[in-house]
Amino acid sequence: MTPPPIAVRTATEWLSARARWHPLEIVFWFAAFAAIYLFPARHLILTEIAWLGLFALSLDLILGYAGIISLGHAAFFGFGAYTAALLAKHEIIEEPVLALLISGCAAMALGFVTSFLVLRGSDLTRLMVTLGVALVLRELANRYGWLTGGADGLQGVSIKPVLGVFRFDMFGHTGYTYSLTVLFILFLVARRLVNSPFGLSLLSVKSNPLRSSAIGISVDARLVAIYTVAAGYAGIAGALLAQTTAFASLEVFSFDRSADLLLVLIIGGAGYLYGGLIGAIIFKFMQDYLSALTPQYWPFWIGLALVVIVLVGRDRITSWTTPIRLMAARLNWRALARRSAERL
Amino acid sequence: MAVVLETISLVKQFNGVIASDNVSLQIEKGARQALIGPNGAGKTTLINLLTGVSRPTSGSILLDGEDITDLSTHKRVRLGIVRTFQINQLFSDLTPLETIGLAVSERRGQGLDWWRIVGSRPDLVAEVVEILERFHLTDVIDKRTAVLPYGKQRLLEIAVAIACRPRVLLLDEPAAGVPEEERHEILAAVAALPSDVSVLLIEHDMDIVFSFADRISVLVNGALFVEGTPEEVAHDARVKAVYLGEELVDA
Ligand SMILES: Nc1ncnc2c1ncn2[C@@H]1O[C@H](COP(=O)(O)OP(=O)(O)OP(=O)(O)O)[C@@H](O)[C@H]1O
Ligand SMILES: [Mg+2]
Repeated sequence: MTPPPIAVRTATEWLSARARWHPLEIVFWFAAFAAIYLFPARHLILTEIAWLGLFALSLDLILGYAGIISLGHAAFFGFGAYTAALLAKHEIIEEPVLALLISGCAAMALGFVTSFLVLRGSDLTRLMVTLGVALVLRELANRYGWLTGGADGLQGVSIKPVLGVFRFDMFGHTGYTYSLTVLFILFLVARRLVNSPFGLSLLSVKSNPLRSSAIGISVDARLVAIYTVAAGYAGIAGALLAQTTAFASLEVFSFDRSADLLLVLIIGGAGYLYGGLIGAIIFKFMQDYLSALTPQYWPFWIGLALVVIVLVGRDRITSWTTPIRLMAARLNWRALARRSAERL
Repeated sequence: MAVVLETISLVKQFNGVIASDNVSLQIEKGARQALIGPNGAGKTTLINLLTGVSRPTSGSILLDGEDITDLSTHKRVRLGIVRTFQINQLFSDLTPLETIGLAVSERRGQGLDWWRIVGSRPDLVAEVVEILERFHLTDVIDKRTAVLPYGKQRLLEIAVAIACRPRVLLLDEPAAGVPEEERHEILAAVAALPSDVSVLLIEHDMDIVFSFADRISVLVNGALFVEGTPEEVAHDARVKAVYLGEELVDA
């Protein structure tokens, strides 16, 4: 009756299985960097994909890993965008990388303060509260036009070369390399984070907060922590937009932006980090293609896609890619099981 | 014997319903204490109060003589008050390996460790494996908890609690709903709990209660009705009246 003992080594392998690099991941990043040389003519849209992907990655951290749904993630995106634009315009911090970090920190501070609003309540309350925060910020940016440029946006921003060397150009060559590098580094950090004991605790909080607290986890503190980190990611995404376009306008805070973001993540699937990136690629290329075809129909197609995805997906949020990912995971497990069996 | 956990005149009201009525309960170090009482007597409510899942209307809770009434659940766990749930509260998408790994890493204060990969501490994994072996879970370590047989899930409930290294362990009907042929595995696990852990067991099955406990507290309508050794409780006329009467009605 007693099941057989198990080797510590096998248990270690199983435990770290989620963190192992899949060959497809390497292909993905190789392709992304190869695009620097292969598709110079597409660098403008690729830059947009890079910051949108980072923005969606940020939403994935709170939604896919901690179960916090948001319809106002543009609050942090916009805050980061304005911070970066203002730093450059008033020549406070001229070097883009440093300005990017500071913009991220500013958004983190905002995320920390507002995180306390999303601790309690149902998904619906969270949707409303996050939506409200973004609306408030947009209105503040509108009100304080002397600082933000109001409805006209912040004009006359000029961005200095990255690290004092790489000058931004109108074709997006520097912009794409810069954005992709930032995305890749932040992705590596996020990947590390979600596969750590801290990341595991986030999954547990998402799955069952009652049990999480019953094993000694301070649920609120974990949610505050990940919300703050995610806000920083969103802020950096916004700062990338501001730096690569040398512009920031009220639109960075818009409801549409938050809603599109949720859509991007649903297209790609939440909870495995690549969803936001894949979603961003599909979303941008679809938008590009469809709006060139029939400008006024773009919202129609995206709306239709949304309905289909949600209907096909088994779960409301964890998307239609779940079955595929589960299958991939299964294969991974199998290989692992085979290897550990061979060792015994 | 030294009292570890103690409640003083604990009252809990749910809009009108008195679920805990002036309960003053003591749990001694190393106790094997049972808490019995008819359905709706307030047993689970009492555990919720002891663990901070809900707050008492009045009264206080002491651990080693220190007032912990206002402490949050996770802080009480750090102090050694750990429970299991009458209805499974597990992480359905995590494997038993991950679940126990999480509990152990949290207990060691490594839960905020965000740069290390799960499973990269050999001593932690060794402890996790030891717990999984002790609770006969090694054959399902890689399965999602949601798909485990019910008996295994109940074992995991206790294993998670043990991974927190409790000083006081509150077991809320650990064998509830487990089919007859799997019960003995749960009971063996309960019987084999470390002797320095003080255990309060809620259970309806009198055979289990009498074979496990050296002290029994009877709760009726939220109030402590009778307390004593199994011998005393078994022969108490009032308990027979309430409890057996209740069972007869049930039957
Ligand atoms: N959250 C709540 N809100 C309102 N009433 C509650 C709540 N929790 C418990 N009660 C009531 O308190 C009383 C005691 O319930 P409790 O669950 O503690 O009983 P129990 O002794 O654990 O019963 P069982 O043996 O069925 O598990 C019941 O009348 C129940 O309806
Ligand atoms: Mg109960």
